[in-house]
Amino acid sequence: MSSSGLLANEVALLFRRRRTWAMLLALGAVPVLIAVAVRLTSGPPTGRGPAFLDRVAGNGLFVAITGLLVCIPLFLPLTIAVVSGDTIAGEAGTGTLRYLLTAPVSRPRLLLVKFAVAALFALAAAAMVALCGLGIGALLFPTGPVTLLSGTTISAPAAVLRVGLVALYVAVSLLGLTMLGLFISTLTDVPVGAMAATAVLAVTAQILGQLPQLDWLHPWLFTQHWLGFADLLRDPIRWSEFGQNALLQGGYLLVFGALAYGRFASKDVLS
Amino acid sequence: MTALPEPGDLAIHTTGLGKSFGKRRAVNDLDLAVPRGSIFGFLGPNGAGKTTTIRMLLGLATPDSGSISLLSEPMPAAASRVLPRVGSLIEGPAFYPFLSGRSNLIRLDSANHESDASTRGRRVDAALDKVGLGKAARLAVHAYSLGMKQRLGIANALVNVRELLVLDEPTNGLDPQGTREVRHLIRVLATEGTTVVVSSHLLSEIEQTCSHVAVMSVGNLVAQGTLEEFRADGRRVVSLRTPDTGVALAVLARLGLEARQDPVPGGQDGVLDAALGPEAPEPERLVEELVAAGVRVRGFTVQAASLEERFVALTGEGFDLVQ
Repeated sequence: MSSSGLLANEVALLFRRRRTWAMLLALGAVPVLIAVAVRLTSGPPTGRGPAFLDRVAGNGLFVAITGLLVCIPLFLPLTIAVVSGDTIAGEAGTGTLRYLLTAPVSRPRLLLVKFAVAALFALAAAAMVALCGLGIGALLFPTGPVTLLSGTTISAPAAVLRVGLVALYVAVSLLGLTMLGLFISTLTDVPVGAMAATAVLAVTAQILGQLPQLDWLHPWLFTQHWLGFADLLRDPIRWSEFGQNALLQGGYLLVFGALAYGRFASKDVLS
Repeated sequence: MTALPEPGDLAIHTTGLGKSFGKRRAVNDLDLAVPRGSIFGFLGPNGAGKTTTIRMLLGLATPDSGSISLLSEPMPAAASRVLPRVGSLIEGPAFYPFLSGRSNLIRLDSANHESDASTRGRRVDAALDKVGLGKAARLAVHAYSLGMKQRLGIANALVNVRELLVLDEPTNGLDPQGTREVRHLIRVLATEGTTVVVSSHLLSEIEQTCSHVAVMSVGNLVAQGTLEEFRADGRRVVSLRTPDTGVALAVLARLGLEARQDPVPGGQDGVLDAALGPEAPEPERLVEELVAAGVRVRGFTVQAASLEERFVALTGEGFDLVQ
């Protein structure tokens, strides 16, 4: 009956926290800054800066794509690290964990609810960048039919849908990291420690992904497909990278979900 | 001390409960028996293992050895069935500081899978009123005083009708009025049939409210039983007021009592104190003998040892924590 009660309450709590909104607003500011910078500088830049940047001046819809691209390596993982690292360790740190567990909520259910809320934040974060990008893009630049990477042109509404797809791709990409953060969060009673460790892992995985000597490892890194959403901007859409990414993230969910459960189910709650 | 009640009549029953943290034995071979309907004082100096025991009772920590029966169900196996019937305050209150007191209680109640969402608001408000927080219900917890947080913690235990309340240091941080209210609340709940376990090191607190007592020391249970049994186990002390102290001392010595003369400032009468051992004659015999010997008995009292004396006798003197 009220298993959904806790979930609803946790979701409401997430969006009542100032911290959540501070992070979402900071993310939303990224495409705004990009758009304003491009608008203020004369002429379309060529070949320098993030991919898609040179297309921004031509069509405002590309602000959202550029914004997501810029946020993926650091800003998005940082916010995910804060939310997922806080899940269990934050409750332990404030001492509320002992009251939740004796309320009682079973430990597996608490893990599930906490993961669901953190995953929802990942979706909200990606959506925030996309929406702010679409908004500021429409405000400062011409919008209209969009020429895709494959050369075909689609209508503006169809292009908005593509931006939505890219945001979804980004949100899915972050799920593995979210579960990793949840697992780390069960290891400690110090939320800041869990947040920092999660953020460090996100950066480390990307650095390892840059080293050609470790190319055997690359397919297993949760960051491997983070920037691979270009196929969603072709016509017809090529879903293979989306599928591989989803599979990889799913694998991380299973492995680190099991580890989090194994750790948390038997943990002595002494905080 | 006496034969234990039948297991079915026990709200809490542990056998051979043990828990170690590294090399330190926090709880050792604990056989706790809390009768249903009792107000059970759980005593012990700091670090005696009370809170660790409570954490194991509520399924927060796993025992290394032994078994726990909570409301006749095994713990932690039956936690999801049993815990909705148990309210608790464990090692002080803990809440989200940026939420109001009311929102915090709503949140914890929504975590309880057996609680009814449709009555949630009403139950939370009633619990807040019971502890006198009705007016501060919508204030963020970070604006609460220590005593208000403590009250909120107690309110959380009262949001649902409970068969058992486990309150760890419930009057911690409360002013005298708050302490009295909590004491009153505990008595009322007990008359309604709730079993209340109060862990404390405030002996006067326990002495005034509890029907049963257990004492822990260095992880071990050193005594448990009714409050009367607990007190009766201690030695009684007679106190005699008389001007004829010399004769009285001789008489008491003849009867096998070792009396000690207390200095009385300014008075003409002396006061003699003597402990009554198990073989000592009955107090009325003492008075008879004293009067027969011509001692002018102006005052004669028999007192049970105070809870404090019993406590110190069981758990040791001194300020150092025994580890």
